[in-house]
Amino acid sequence: MQYLISVIDNRTGSSTPEEDAAIDAFNEQLVAGGHWVFAGGLSAPSDATVIDARGDGEPIFTDGPYLESKEHVAGFWVFEAPDLDVALKLAAAASKACNRRLEVRPFL
Amino acid sequence: MSDVQEAITRVHHEEWARVVASLTRRFGDLDIAEEAAAEAFATAVERWPADGVPPNPGAWLTTAANRKAIDRIRRESKRDDKQKEAQMSYDEPPEPLGVIDDERLRLIFTCCHPALAMETRVALTLRMVGGLTVPEIARGFLVQETAMGQRITRAKAKIKAAKIPYRVPSAEDLPGRVSGVLSVLFLVFNEGYLATGPDTDPIRHELTAEAIRLTRLIRALLPEDGEVAGLLALMLLTEARRTARVSASGELISLRDQDRGAWDRALVAEGHRLVRERLATRLPPGRYQILAAINAVHTSARDAADTDWSQVVALYDQLVRVDRSPIVALNRAIAVAEVDGPEVALATIDRLGDKLSGYHAYHAARADLLRRVGRSQESRTAYDAAIELAENTAEVAYLSRRRDQLAG
Repeated sequence: MQYLISVIDNRTGSSTPEEDAAIDAFNEQLVAGGHWVFAGGLSAPSDATVIDARGDGEPIFTDGPYLESKEHVAGFWVFEAPDLDVALKLAAAASKACNRRLEVRPFL
Repeated sequence: MSDVQEAITRVHHEEWARVVASLTRRFGDLDIAEEAAAEAFATAVERWPADGVPPNPGAWLTTAANRKAIDRIRRESKRDDKQKEAQMSYDEPPEPLGVIDDERLRLIFTCCHPALAMETRVALTLRMVGGLTVPEIARGFLVQETAMGQRITRAKAKIKAAKIPYRVPSAEDLPGRVSGVLSVLFLVFNEGYLATGPDTDPIRHELTAEAIRLTRLIRALLPEDGEVAGLLALMLLTEARRTARVSASGELISLRDQDRGAWDRALVAEGHRLVRERLATRLPPGRYQILAAINAVHTSARDAADTDWSQVVALYDQLVRVDRSPIVALNRAIAVAEVDGPEVALATIDRLGDKLSGYHAYHAARADLLRRVGRSQESRTAYDAAIELAENTAEVAYLSRRRDQLAG
């Protein structure tokens, strides 16, 4: 079972060296526990491009994120976990490590 | 009601949670378990009047529900091959009922999972463990049936998609998970104690008994948890008064007028033991322990006039500090009336009107205080409001008589 853990933030590139160190340590635990699948930080929402190729013509590119909001996804993890209890426990540790709120969402 | 209908109602109350729990474990799917259990009971309603009630109704229902579930999985696996044929044997003997008792605890921890909203946990527990129908639950929460149905459907979908586990939490997680379960059990108990609905028995003993049974189970797991002990004591001291609480004609009897000789002494004694046990720890009590202590004061009085009301008010003062709900403030005011008089209490209660105007007990308490200070006309209006909002048949009968006895 895999879970997407989105890091919720209202700024980008805002992590402190202490937070980075805590995230590295947490990631090592994830790997050691067999829960690591993937993780990454994202650049600013203003760097995003929305693409719509549903119509007959050329794809339409729109500068900026699909949703303007105060908060955005600043990074993510993908955990491998047997159930939601394990995923929530890991996510609680991840939230502490990166010092941000997180959203846990299961893959289909 | 015929004997068979009565038997079906009784079996439904006794066996519903067991059937749902055993099917959930077997098929790993709450939705399948619930639907198959509901279909099995519907089949019983059709067949038992003609065929008679089987000698072991629980086993009959579990077998019938298993078949319904397997039928559904077979139908669905034509489209979706995830389910293994190996799981689906008609011949597997039903679980002995004793083993499934603990399954109900799993069921309740799943229904009370912290990743679900509180209102969802209550709804799911009442449906899956309590066996209430969606309309009954919707009425209890004063929401539309469709909205309640969607809430339960979404919860089941989330449990499945997010893989909320079907198990009793580990020892380390248990304390944190228990408090959510206690709130849910208390709500289930209250639904049994003051059942809602025009055609519902005023007291649904099977719900109060189920809430007590599950609380006892949790207490066996967590003997040191003060709030578990407190909630159990509170339930026992309330349940002890059950038979004294409704008259032969189906009318609620107030605590003051109850025949105290009819209280269940064993339950009172057990409740008092639990309260004393908690007092002896000298640890600060939570809300259930304080509520239990209040009930211990009431059940210690030989008759209503002997009640130590200043002790009750002192306990409510303590309760207000941990629970700022206006309902606590209302109950405190009712106790204050016995110490400082109805005028003082009335002044407090009138200030709660904004928050509690939709709550029948607010109007009932106000009606009683207005009656005692001789404001009959206003009392009558307040009784009317209380009767309009009350959903318990015995309470409606009681309030109507009190209103009709008003002078003028």
